[in-house]
Amino acid sequence: MFVNVPRHFFLSGKLWYHTVSMTERLKLLSGNEALALGAYHAGVKVAAAYPGTPSTEILESIARFEDIYAEWSTNEKVAMEVALGASYAGVRTLVSMKQVGLNVASDPFMAASTTGVNAGLVVISADDPGAHSSQGEQDNRHYARLAKVPMLEPSDSQEAYDFMAYAFDLSERFDTPVLVRTTTRISHSKSVVEIKRSRTVPTGTPDFHYNVQKYVMLPVHARLRHPLMEERLIKLAEYAESTPLNQVIWGEPELGVVTSGVAYQYAREVFPQASFLKLGMTYPLPQNLLRSFASQVKRLIVIEELDPFLQENLQAMGIKAVGKEFIPRLGELSPDIIEEAGHKAGWLAGAFPQQAPAIPELPKRPPLLCPGCPHSGIFFVLSSLGRRAKAKTPDDYRLVITGDIGCYTLGAYPPLLAMDTCACMGASISQALGMEKAGINKKMVAVIGDSTFLHSGITGLVDGVYNQGQITLIILDNGTTAMTGHQEHPGTGISAQGKEATKVELEPLVRGIGVRDVSVVSAFDLKALRSSLRSALDNPELSVVIVRGACSVRVPKRGEPRAIAQEKCNQCGTCLLLGCSAIQREGEQIYIEAALCVGEGCAVCQQLCPRQAIGPQSQSR
Amino acid sequence: MEKLDLLVTGAGGQGIILASDIIGEVAIASGYDVKKTDTIGMAQRGGSVLSNVRIAPKVWSPLIKRGAGDLLLALEKLEGARWAPYLRSGGIAIVNDHALPPLSVSLGKSRYPSDEEILNILKQRTDQVYFIEGTRHVRELGNIRTLNMFMLGCVSLFMPFEVEIWKDSISRRLPPNLREINLAAFERGRKEIQGVNF
Repeated sequence: MFVNVPRHFFLSGKLWYHTVSMTERLKLLSGNEALALGAYHAGVKVAAAYPGTPSTEILESIARFEDIYAEWSTNEKVAMEVALGASYAGVRTLVSMKQVGLNVASDPFMAASTTGVNAGLVVISADDPGAHSSQGEQDNRHYARLAKVPMLEPSDSQEAYDFMAYAFDLSERFDTPVLVRTTTRISHSKSVVEIKRSRTVPTGTPDFHYNVQKYVMLPVHARLRHPLMEERLIKLAEYAESTPLNQVIWGEPELGVVTSGVAYQYAREVFPQASFLKLGMTYPLPQNLLRSFASQVKRLIVIEELDPFLQENLQAMGIKAVGKEFIPRLGELSPDIIEEAGHKAGWLAGAFPQQAPAIPELPKRPPLLCPGCPHSGIFFVLSSLGRRAKAKTPDDYRLVITGDIGCYTLGAYPPLLAMDTCACMGASISQALGMEKAGINKKMVAVIGDSTFLHSGITGLVDGVYNQGQITLIILDNGTTAMTGHQEHPGTGISAQGKEATKVELEPLVRGIGVRDVSVVSAFDLKALRSSLRSALDNPELSVVIVRGACSVRVPKRGEPRAIAQEKCNQCGTCLLLGCSAIQREGEQIYIEAALCVGEGCAVCQQLCPRQAIGPQSQSR
Repeated sequence: MEKLDLLVTGAGGQGIILASDIIGEVAIASGYDVKKTDTIGMAQRGGSVLSNVRIAPKVWSPLIKRGAGDLLLALEKLEGARWAPYLRSGGIAIVNDHALPPLSVSLGKSRYPSDEEILNILKQRTDQVYFIEGTRHVRELGNIRTLNMFMLGCVSLFMPFEVEIWKDSISRRLPPNLREINLAAFERGRKEIQGVNF
């Protein structure tokens, strides 16, 4: 079956030849790494963020530079306010978050637009078309219009790096925060970046200048700021006409494409002959440039991901443009999708070429809780106390479990089925309270992680205590922000830059709020989990169970793996209900994949097995 | 041909991102434009992972079009079958002959395809399918986590880059205590493909 393949039949020619010194300036960077480096070279002195895919690596990258201050803030609103304060104090500041993070931060973001800045303030929103790792596909370009601020959209890592210098200059020149909007495909793709600059040494000392009309938003002052914001938009629109951020690339005049971000890269590939107006600044838009481009092409189309943001703006200017009639507004775009639309719309000649044939349906491989995950045990207990696996219909479930955002949202999947709601950060606690107050006849359990609790669970808990709630709250304390890749948070006692920090302790915090029934239990002790949860559920007043156990990915030393003694095992499948991916079945035989098992640090399956068939590997053979 | 589009796939935790990063760095060091993008889903581990690596004098889209990939490198065979439609007709598939059954298979809710079914899916695209016993080789080497470097060794034979650049890039991306064994895995992968090739 093997065919002799000539070694070098690919890549016959190299087009760019370069010297060694040039290779050192060329780096393969992700969009996020490039944004961080661009900001650092633009003289940023303070950076703040809360982790969220696909934005997390921006702060992680910039935190490595020792001559700046970088922090993980408790949440995005706090990050935005820290950034605004730093900008008022006269230093260039970066704040970054995922698209839904900007919802949390929208209050101070709007305020920042109203007051304007002192030193440059750049806000990065990393959107997630396709909802790879989000609760929705929200298009944050609308925020630029809502907040009346300029917006830049890089289309690869080189632009992510280059645009940061423009963003900080714009912010200071026009006295405004600047929104830099990326998407997953920009933030997480890697491409070649030529490092053209080096660190601009921040000039001047931090200083705050008293200016009550600018910084104190009493209604009387806010009304004075509004006309300045409108004037600012007009000036920004003038700037947009001539900025090098917006580029015309002339091809043939039959087809003119207006586009931005990664959609530009796809469109360049699909329409190699077309003319392009590539917008690096997508708010406010350059009316004259758009009109002039439109008048010089026969057919004007708009290629953009998600909402028809550019298209509607063009139509509002009276420029006729087609786009969303053919390009889907759902999900992430790809060259395939654009090519197919191009053939349907007649932008490309002929019919869409035959693609590779479809293949038979294959088993899916969804993300799972890791082997040794401290969430598995408590979810198994919730699932069994709530009769999840045994109930004939979901109406027979005994508990209602409101969930939250984190790895533990995966507890909603089979076989655990231990989650009924998940809306947004912090919602589990307040939603449980709302359901209880609505009068449902089932016990309410809210489940939230440590980082999410500190992010926005605390206020919900205060509400529950104040309003005599009777819910049970489970805080899953794995000592890290696991889902986004193990970032520190106020409960870990370590800063974003790896320095020792004051640790916020969950137990006294919860007690201080006024919760009387607080218990702390090991995540890997099934009996204790069951009894703590039972007694919390039996208590008519609000109770909190803190389930503590380190994230298994972070446990440096694995113990001796567990194994199943096959002569004792009767294939009842109880251990499989844990949903541990180390426990596998081939035919009838159930076994534990030793390379995946974390060993005695977990051993939850060993406690679960009704026939005591699971034990340390050395004793099971 | 003046472009090389690679798909690197497997299950989360197999080291696919590192492997595709190294391919990208080797291509830059050899003078090409590179774009690389990963589809990872939401969790840290366990899910299906696909890396697109595009190498050419100038690359636009980071995503490879369906049916346009030149090389498919699969660290797990079900994932190899899953992404086969992205391979161009007559492209090359290098597949680790090893199964990591997804949870739905262990729970009895779905069935892992047979070797014949997997081969048939790949054969729809190309006759150049290399089933390699990568997992067995790296077990013999003593570190199963070097599978990604073994598979890089295999694919490196089909790419026009100097072996020293590969080794240099691997050395730079791995901590000193793991360098030697990973370079050994890379070498073993190269030998394995040379063995079937010539």
